[in-house]
Amino acid sequence: MFDKLLKIDRRIIFIFVALALIVPMFLTITQHISVSPEVQIIYDTLKGLQPGSKVLMAFDYDPPSAPELQPMAVAILKYCFKNNLKVYIIGLWPQGPMQANMAIDNVISDPTFKDNPPIYDKDYVNLGFMSGNELVIQGMGSSFLHTFPRDYLGKPTHQLEMMKGVNNFSNIDFIVNLSAGYPGTVEWVLFAVDRFHAKLAAGNTAVQAPQVYPYVHAGQLSGLAGGLKGAAELEKLVGFYGKGTKFMLSQSFAHMIVIVFIIVGNAAYFITRKK
Amino acid sequence: METGFTFTNTLAAILTIGIISFLWRDNPLYKVCEALFVGVSAGYWFVSLWYQNLLPQLFDNLGISQLFSSGSAEDGALQVLFKQGRFDDRLFYLVAGLLGLMMLMRLIPNLGWISRWPLGFIIGTTSGLYFTTYFQSNAMAQLKSTVLPFTTVGNIVMVVGTICGLVYFYFSKEHKGALGGAAKIGTWFLMITFGASFGYTVMSRMSLLIGRFDFLFSTWLGLVK
Repeated sequence: MFDKLLKIDRRIIFIFVALALIVPMFLTITQHISVSPEVQIIYDTLKGLQPGSKVLMAFDYDPPSAPELQPMAVAILKYCFKNNLKVYIIGLWPQGPMQANMAIDNVISDPTFKDNPPIYDKDYVNLGFMSGNELVIQGMGSSFLHTFPRDYLGKPTHQLEMMKGVNNFSNIDFIVNLSAGYPGTVEWVLFAVDRFHAKLAAGNTAVQAPQVYPYVHAGQLSGLAGGLKGAAELEKLVGFYGKGTKFMLSQSFAHMIVIVFIIVGNAAYFITRKK
Repeated sequence: METGFTFTNTLAAILTIGIISFLWRDNPLYKVCEALFVGVSAGYWFVSLWYQNLLPQLFDNLGISQLFSSGSAEDGALQVLFKQGRFDDRLFYLVAGLLGLMMLMRLIPNLGWISRWPLGFIIGTTSGLYFTTYFQSNAMAQLKSTVLPFTTVGNIVMVVGTICGLVYFYFSKEHKGALGGAAKIGTWFLMITFGASFGYTVMSRMSLLIGRFDFLFSTWLGLVK
């Protein structure tokens, strides 16, 4: 029997994983989410901002990473708009600003914001994508207007109401970087934090999170949300439950399946080796 | 996002299923989806680079696009130079454009050597840019955060893990005795780190699959509310 287990067709494992991911989607139970200190710091920092404070959100990801990062974006945007924080959106990835627009559409469709939907150039601006990777961050340290001469809609940024008095990072109270790779959190830490002393928190894909954790410990990052779990934690803290929380059940089921297969596979290996 | 059996949703669903079908085995639908992805990506990046880099940064700033438009577009650096006779900072984009052209010389075998100049420029500027920042952020700041008092278990683990990890990568002396023991502990720390990284990677990949399943069952089929 154990020999058979070791020769199991990988497609059977795929079916188990698929079932573990799909079945929980149809369940109505929700999973308990415990908040990690790294995510708590993000929330505490946001909570410490006065109404009217300026939050820069860098959308450095594209649709493949959206399942992990989009729920974070929606949660943070909802918190910002609810608490009257001004949001400045940029993207170092071409599809980033589009992801931001989708997140804002999500916020607008929320009944909570039915009577008071976020308004462009009053509550938020989208400065769009700018090529140049880390050099864009470097440029923003000198001048936002020079680095982003036009917004996402093609309007000159110096004509935007929200850009009045915003010259560089010293005029921004908090930066949130949602990153799926390069350019992303590492570059923001290197240039915005360590060079221009900006206050930065990050939301990362799970695959990238281990690389970034040391920055939290060193105090270079004011919080880190890693992967879907980080998104669910953020949703819990801001009080808007969305896809991050919903997907956690599927995630946990799949992890259990993977753990079971690792245990069974190892057990079968050691038992057959003894023979 | 629009839900239901719309044309775009159905197309996206077919492409998603086509790509996932590779898990079963290689098949013509997967091949079509793969080829489509490569082609669309190449086209997207070309258009993106044209409209977000070359056109606004190079041609608009220099004034080349203004030569071909009849609108009241703002003068570029070349118009300022020739019409008003004054130097505009944006003329420096000419240097960038020239370096870009030199890079394209790789396509001509006899002139390929010219591309080494812009390549050297890129390597030089990037090295200069990163030298101090990396040293400051990834070496000094990390070193500073590792110098901790032995007051908590976490601090002890951090210090011991860092030292033993570094010892493992010290190859000037044979790993024997105390050095060997420390290197062994370092190996354990490294293995745990790799395990944590692998766990995070599994989590990330599962999330991506959840995203696609959510699209199929929620956005497309409308089975999950």
